Amino acid sequence: MTTDPDWAVRAHGLVKTFGTNRAVDGVDLDVAAGSIYGVLGPNGAGKTTTISMLATLLKPDAGEALVFGHDTQREAQVVRQLIGVTAQFASVDESMSAKENLMLFCRLLGLSPAAARRRTADLLEEFALADVAKRTLRKFSGGMRRRLDLAASLIAQPPLIFLDEPTTGLDPRTRAQMWQTIRRLVHTGSTVLLTTQYLDEADQLADRIAVIDTGRVVAEGTADELKASVGTSSLQLRVADPGDLDVARRSLGTVLGTAAAVSGETTRLTVPLTDLDKVVDLLILLREEGVRLAEVSVQKPTLDEVFLALTGHGAQPEAGGPADDLSREREGVHA
Amino acid sequence: MSTPTTITPVGERRLVGHVGLGQTLANTLTMAHRGLLKIKRTPEQLIDVTVQPVLFTLMFTYLFGGAIAGDPLKYLPFFLPGILVQTVLTTSVVTGVQLREDMDKGVFDRFKSMPIARIAPLSGALLADTVRYGIATVLTFLVGYIMGFRPGGGLGGVVVAGVFVIVVSWALSWLFAFFGVIARTAASVQGISLVILFPLTFLSNAYVPTKTMPGWLQAFVNVNPISHLVTAARDLTTHGTAGIDLLWAIVGAAIVVAVFAPLTVRAYMRRA
Repeated sequence: MTTDPDWAVRAHGLVKTFGTNRAVDGVDLDVAAGSIYGVLGPNGAGKTTTISMLATLLKPDAGEALVFGHDTQREAQVVRQLIGVTAQFASVDESMSAKENLMLFCRLLGLSPAAARRRTADLLEEFALADVAKRTLRKFSGGMRRRLDLAASLIAQPPLIFLDEPTTGLDPRTRAQMWQTIRRLVHTGSTVLLTTQYLDEADQLADRIAVIDTGRVVAEGTADELKASVGTSSLQLRVADPGDLDVARRSLGTVLGTAAAVSGETTRLTVPLTDLDKVVDLLILLREEGVRLAEVSVQKPTLDEVFLALTGHGAQPEAGGPADDLSREREGVHA
Repeated sequence: MSTPTTITPVGERRLVGHVGLGQTLANTLTMAHRGLLKIKRTPEQLIDVTVQPVLFTLMFTYLFGGAIAGDPLKYLPFFLPGILVQTVLTTSVVTGVQLREDMDKGVFDRFKSMPIARIAPLSGALLADTVRYGIATVLTFLVGYIMGFRPGGGLGGVVVAGVFVIVVSWALSWLFAFFGVIARTAASVQGISLVILFPLTFLSNAYVPTKTMPGWLQAFVNVNPISHLVTAARDLTTHGTAGIDLLWAIVGAAIVVAVFAPLTVRAYMRRA
C-alpha cells in the first residue's frame, strides 16, 4: 500500500446497478490533491451513488477507485482514515446535542477525553455553534445542521472531504457562508469533492467540473473549458437612437469583419466575438461616428447552455424541487 | 469562524489497515455511552422495563399461585426466577426493534464512513441495553421481596442469578439484533422475535413444574434452553448452588453470540 500524494481520487470504470437501474454506468474521475472538484448533474444522475462508492459506503459492481493511492475496497479501513463525508441528509444524531455529537465522533476517532473536549470546543467555535452547543438538534435550522455535519467531518482533519450537495435547501445567505467555508478548507490544504445540481455553485467553487448524466460523465474540464466547448463569447450592443442602427452595424462590420444580427427590439445588435481587444477599437470608432450607446456587454456562454448542449435537458431541479431529488437518489442508494 | 482548521498532509499520517481488539473495545464502550445518553434523553423508553416486571410478577403470582402451589407465597420461590427470565428476555427483543429504528438514521452513514470497528455501532447498542435488563432484574426481585420472597440462596444467590440472567439476555439479544438488521421495519422485528420467544418461554418450566405436563410436552420442555436457564436461576436463588444447567445455559449463550454476532455484522455491512 503506497500513498499517492498528488491524486486525491483516481476512479476508473465505476459501475453500480440497483435492480435493472444502472445508477452509475462507468464513471472515471481524477481529482488532483488540493483542488475543489465539482460533480455536476441533474436529479438522479448518480452523484450520490458515486460519492458513496468513493467513501467506502457502497461496493462498486465493477471498476475501481483509489483514494490517495489506496483502494477503496481492499484498503477500506485506510481510506476511511483519509476522508470526511458530509452526506445530503445530516449524518449526525438527532437525539443528542451538538456538543455530544462532536464528543462522540472525537472519542470514536481515538482522541482522549481531554483532547476530545478541546477539539469539540474549537470546532463549535469555528463553525459558530458555541451558543447552541447544548441544544438538541431537533431545534436546529437546516444551516446549523449542515455546519455541525461539516464540523463532524473535519475532526480527523482529513485530506479529502466529500460534500454531497452541501447547499441544497439552504437560503442564499447561508449558502454564501457555506461557499466561504469550503474555500477556506482548500486553503488549509484539503481536497474537496462536492456534488451539486446548481450550475453557479460549480462555476463559483470548482477548479474542475465533471458533468454527469444518467450515470456517465458526459464532459470534464474547468468551467471555462466547458463553456468554450459550447461556443465563443458574444458582444451585445444597444444603441440609444434607433436611427443610428445602420451606422453601428457598418462599424461592427468594419472592425470585427462579421455581420451583426439585429434582434427583435431593432436597437440591439449581437455579434460573435473571438478577440476581446477589438471591442476597444469598435467603441472608439462608434464615438467618432457619433453613435450613442445605451448598453454594451460581452457574454460568455453560461454553464446552463453547456448543460443543455451536453445532456439535451436543463440542469435546474424541476417542479419537484430539491427535496424530490433527495428522496429519489436516497432510494437509489438503499434499494 | 476564527481558528482555521489545519489539515494533516497525507504523507505525515500514520495509516493503519486493520482494527485491533483494543480499538474494538474502546469503540464499543464509546457507542455504549451513546446508548446510555439516548436512554437518559428519552426516559419514556424505560416504561417496558419498569412496568412489565411489576405487573407480571404481581399478576401471575396471585393468578396462578393458589392453583399451582396452593398458596401465592409458596409459589413465589418457584415462580420468581421464571418470570425474571421471561421479563428480561422480552426486554431484549426491544433491543432489536430499537436497533432497526436507530439504523435508519443518518448518523449510521457517518459511522460507516469512519475508521472504527465495524461491530461497534451494534455491540455498543447491545452493551448499553444491559442497563435496561438490570433495571428489569432489580425491579422483579424488589417486587418479589415486597410480596414476601425470601430465597434460600440469600442475597449472594440472588445477585449471581441476576447477573447470570442479564449476561444470557445480552447474548440472546444478538439474535434479535440480527432480525433488527435484516428486517425492513421495526414492527416486523417485534413480530418475528415474539413469535420465537413466546412459545419458548411458555413451553418451559418457568410457570409450572414439568411433571404436570403430558409426556410429549415434557420431552420438549426438557430440551428447551429456556428451561435450563430457569432451572439454573432457580438453583442459584433457592439454594445458592450452580449446577449443570448453569453450564448448559452459558454454553448455549456463547454459541448464540459466536454464530449471530458475525452474521449480524456481515448483514449490517451488506446493507451499508
